[in-house]
This record gives sequence, structure tokens and C-alpha cells, in this order.
Amino acid sequence: MSLKTERISGSEAVVRSLLAEGADLAYGYPGGAIMPIYDELYKYQDKLHHVLTRHEQGAIHAAQGFARVTGKVGVCLATSGPGATNLITGIADAQIDSTPLVCITGQVASHLLGTDAFQETDVISISAPVTKWNVQVTKSQDIPAAIAKAFFIAKSGRPGPVLIDITKDAQLGELDYSYEKCTSVRSYKPIPDTNVEQLKAAAELINGAKKPFIVFGQGVILGEAEAELKALIEKAGIPSAWTVLGLSALPTNHYLNVGMVGMHGHYGPNKLTNECDVLIAIGMRFDDRVTGTLETYAKQAKVIHFDIDPAEIDKNVKTDVAVLGDSKDTLGKILPFINENKHEEWHNEFKRYREIENEAVINPQLKPTKEGLTMGEVINQVNKETKGDAIIVSDVGQHQMFTVRYADFTTTRSNVTSGGLGTMGFALPAAIGAKMGAPKREVVAFIGDGGYQMTCQELGTILQTGAAVKIVVLNNEFLGMVRQWQQLFFDKRYASTVMTNPDFIKLAEAYDIQATKVSKREDLAGAVKEMIASDKSYFLEVMIEKEDNVFPMVPTGASVSDVRLS
Amino acid sequence: MEELFTISVYTENNPGLLNRIATIFLKRHINIESLNVSKSEIENVHRFTIVARMTEVSVKKLVGQIEKQIEVIKAYYHRDDEIIFHETALYKIASSLLFEKREIQNIIKKSHATIVTVNPKFFVIEKTGFRKETEALYDELAPYGIMQFVRTGRISVSKTEMRISEQLKNL
Repeated sequence: MSLKTERISGSEAVVRSLLAEGADLAYGYPGGAIMPIYDELYKYQDKLHHVLTRHEQGAIHAAQGFARVTGKVGVCLATSGPGATNLITGIADAQIDSTPLVCITGQVASHLLGTDAFQETDVISISAPVTKWNVQVTKSQDIPAAIAKAFFIAKSGRPGPVLIDITKDAQLGELDYSYEKCTSVRSYKPIPDTNVEQLKAAAELINGAKKPFIVFGQGVILGEAEAELKALIEKAGIPSAWTVLGLSALPTNHYLNVGMVGMHGHYGPNKLTNECDVLIAIGMRFDDRVTGTLETYAKQAKVIHFDIDPAEIDKNVKTDVAVLGDSKDTLGKILPFINENKHEEWHNEFKRYREIENEAVINPQLKPTKEGLTMGEVINQVNKETKGDAIIVSDVGQHQMFTVRYADFTTTRSNVTSGGLGTMGFALPAAIGAKMGAPKREVVAFIGDGGYQMTCQELGTILQTGAAVKIVVLNNEFLGMVRQWQQLFFDKRYASTVMTNPDFIKLAEAYDIQATKVSKREDLAGAVKEMIASDKSYFLEVMIEKEDNVFPMVPTGASVSDVRLS
Repeated sequence: MEELFTISVYTENNPGLLNRIATIFLKRHINIESLNVSKSEIENVHRFTIVARMTEVSVKKLVGQIEKQIEVIKAYYHRDDEIIFHETALYKIASSLLFEKREIQNIIKKSHATIVTVNPKFFVIEKTGFRKETEALYDELAPYGIMQFVRTGRISVSKTEMRISEQLKNL
């Protein structure tokens, strides 16, 4: 059977292939080696909207923000050489946070490969360790199949970023175009088989547990298993905590949601990790920020690990029962084997720890008696205005930990942050992508004064596109998280963490963004109200108590049960 | 405890995969002792044979990471008692020595090495066997002067089946 073909250029094939995959939005930055593709984007601008960012890093973080809120594949484009290398931070971020991306880079013409030509960089080698897959295309006729394979690999199984490097001659040359979606790659099994015996063994452990504890991660969101998770925890009555990236899979106010695990997680979940008898990990990877030292992590517990990636099993924590498969499928299948249960006394232990934490940490954040503003009260003020329905984007640092601890969520896929890589500068461009992915929803980005200045050139993208992003800079005039560590572990030697900042209000206004600065508590509520009421982008700077710290805290190398409240 | 493992990786034959596999070792600071790439028993499927020293816990994780690569079909690790393995070494020696140092002829005969080629300037001996055998021959020849020496990476076949064809059907 021969498919209908048309004679078109390689660069037109790129655009038509993207459209065939349902991509109608791409972020990028043009340059010499990708100009033929941009020429086609010009012709197809009614069908495929291209957003010009101000830096390639902005493009890829925007594509990540889009992918995180929609579940679709984010697309970004860059030219060869510096264009391609500027994508690398975002690619590494997407790889460690399992975000589906297709990145297309231009490359010098194939006859120039290996000659150190102008803007030639071996982006295939550079990106290999941080991509799920990558490929260089040097022949026009290979373009459609490469893009089809790229989309299939990026979104199937455990998602991740894919890079296609296309030489300029392949863009300019012609091919007989037809498009066929990729549905399998013979050496790649996206979803491992689920072993029913393991599933039953897991159910048996859960049913027999006196103190079961669930820790879920982004695998629940990526697998669209939010309903299955909720059904499981409600039926079995299991207190459940989340990792930073699992946040928003379960509403904040769910009665069995006991908070966050890890370095700045909640008190009870950290303490009780070392008291539970069965630890059920779902779609999470036991990152060191979650576990603290592994020597003393949940040693008393039987560990059940649900994951789609076989390489995660026993990688950090030895499991007793591993349930491989897609979380929606495995959580759905285990439910009939689960006995209805309530673990009230066990659940009460979490509540008791929460009371201690309220007293020592949470109340002083949310209802401060000191003069200086706290990050927690700003976030809480936004909660009040948005009712927890907003998409909350955060950058990296103290404000990020305050945001994930204090922001309320009612809806899944609403927490966008750089978890694994901890990329400062992520939030502003990611918020732009998130807003474009969910234009009807409120998108609020909390950013520190440090991270904001890493990518604040993207205010230009807001100016040009009108993306109605609400930007809240929590300004403590410090690189706060590093400063906190300097205070606690380096005798307050504040090496290169003091920030002399520009006038952020003028900066925002230069980009035609309405801007307000709050330095006093009595001005906060009004400013937040005005920001949320605005249907345009809005910049709010809040001056924060300078040397406030994030607690609780599990110091590096300590045990989760040694979590500190101060 | 660190042990010597032979890792067999069945892959598609695509450029860039060697780089990806090497990176997995590099990221964990594990030195590759030898590496061989060849075709396998299955058409269009290539096979890497990698020898490295590490703990069993590490090798399990490493093989998991290798298998995660899109174009890797399957990876296995074996201890020496689970495989049949060999290396081949070539020794280039001055032809004059064959006549001046008659002992060399005895060394070749005794070691079951083969003479691959002889010309007026040099001759080449090939020896296939275990590391200690090619090493012993090296030690015996070294005092006479070896013009060039080279040894392949380990190649091996497992004593038990690796069932790659079945794996491929299931994928």
C-alpha cells in the first residue's frame, strides 16, 4: 500500500509534521541554521503559533510550563550552536522532572559537519545524557519519521525531552511527504508488564498494615491516576503525603492529605516515615531531598513501590514489593483487592504533629506578630483571592519551599516548579507557557528576587504576547536559601548572597506591565486583590523580612526523623 | 565487594548509542576495562560487550539505566563462571629475531599461538585466550623486544540463553 505523497521542502515537512502531531504552539528563537523552518512558520502562522521568547532558555521553560499544565508535548525551536546550548538547562530540567518535550534545533549543513563551521556545536553529544532520545537528521526524507518517533518517545511511558537536530541542507532539500504517526519502537517498551502476583502481594501488605503511609509523586499526575489514588487512600484510610512534584494530585483540603515529605516537608510526614509499618511509594523516585540519609530511612517499614520505570526500583530504597506499570492501571487494578479500613489512631498521630508544627512554624508564618512580612502570609493572601483554583508557578529557593508548603490546590496539574534540577530562572518563562496552556485559568508565579533576574528578559515575551501572568516577586534582598544555609552551617558568612537589586517596579513598567510594591502588611490584601482582579499581566513586589528561614528542615545528611522545627 | 562483570548489551545499530552507554558509566565514575562492539546472532542487532569492576548492587542499577535507553533492546550482566570468554592479542616482532633467537620459535609453539604473517622486516603472532595467557606470552616475548602489541576487548557468550529474539517479539 503506498501512501499519498506530496513533494515539499524539509522545512515545510517539519511544520506539517508538528501540525500532524497536534502541536499548534511552539516557543523559540530564530537564527541562521534554522531560518528555513522559520520561513515555513511564517507561511503557516495561522495554524501554528510561534512565540518568540527573549532567550532560548525562556523558550524551553515556557514549553515546559505548557507541557506541565496540559499534559501535551511542549515544542521549542532554536538555532545551532549557542541557540542549541542555551536549551540545555531546560532539557536537563525536563529530563529529571519527566516533562514531555520535542526540541528542534537547526544544524549547519551536513557537508560542514565536523569542520568547526560558524555556530556548529555537537548538540547530539552534549544533550545525550539529558535527553530521553535524540537524533540528527541530515536527509530531508528522514524528517517526518524522526518527528513522529520523537513525539511518541517524548509522551509515552515515563515522559521526557527529545531533541531533533536538523541540518540546514535537510531543511532546504525536498522530499516526498506523507505522515504516519509512530506507535511503537521495537527496542522500547514504554510501559512494563504488571505482575499480578506482585499486585496481590502489595494488597496483602496494605491490608495487613497497622500504620500504612502513602507517599506519592508526579507519577500520579503523569499517569492521570488522581481519581484512582483518591479511591485507594479513601478505601484503605491511609494518610498520604506528597513530594514537591506530586503536589496538586490530591486537593490540599482532602482529609487524608497530611502534607509534604522531605527536606522542607511537614513535620508529621517526616517523623512518621520512620514509624510506619508499610510505606507505599507511588510514582516517586526517593530523591535525596525526600529521604535524607538512606541509612535510617524507613528501615522499620515494608516498602511497596509503584512505578512505570523499572530502573527506579531499588535504585535508592530497597523495596519489598515492586508494582511495575502505569499508575492509573496499577492503582485501578489493586483497588478490588484492598479492604476498607480506617486508621484513625495512626491518622491522629499526623494531626498531633501538625498541631506542633502549627504552633512552632505555620502560625508564625501565616499570622506573624513581627513587623516584617513573611512569604507564607503573601502566599496565603493569594489563596484567599484565588480560592486555591490558580495554577501556581514557583522558581527555586526559599520562596519555592514556602510556596509548595503554603499554596492551596483544588485541581491537579496546577503546581509548576523545577523540582529535580532546581533551576533558578524557571518560573517566569514557565508561567508564560502555563498561561498559554490554560488561558482560562489564573496563573500566579512566585519568584525570588534572585531567580527573577535570571530570566526577567521574558517580560519582553509578556509585552509582545500579552500573556496575562501574575508575577509576585518575594524580595528579601538575598539569595535566601543559600543565605539560610550560610546562617545555619557556615557561621553567617554571607558569601555572595547579598543582592543589590534594581527598581523592579520601573523594570516592569518599562515592559508596560502594571506594577505595585508592598512593604507594609496593611497594603498586602488590597494589592493582591487588585492583582487577581486584573485581566492583564500584573507585577507585585513584596518586601519580605530579610533573614527569615524555611522550616521544618531536614539538614543534609540527617535522618527524616531528625527534622528540625527551628 | 567489587567484582569483575561482563555486561552484554543488545542494541539497534544507530550512531550515538556508544556515547549514551559510555555516559552511563562516566556519570557513576566507573572505569570501563574493555569494550567490544560487533554484530550479534540477530540480523540488524548489535552487541556491546563491556567489562567493568563494581559491586553487584551497582551493576544491577547500571544495567537498568542502560536498558532504559530507547535503542537498547536488552542488557545482561554475568560473572566469569557464567560465560565463555576470550580476548585476542597481536604481537609484532622483528623477523631477524626468528633466526637470531631460536627460543622464540619454542615460545610460539608452546603457547599455541599462530603466526599470522611473516615478511623480511617483521612477523605477527596472534594469540587467543584468557587474559593471563596473552599476558604470559607478552611477558615471555618482551625481553626480546615487541615492536607493537595490541589486545581486543573481551568477547563472550553466556552459558545460559539470553533470549533476545523472544524479547524482540515481546517489545
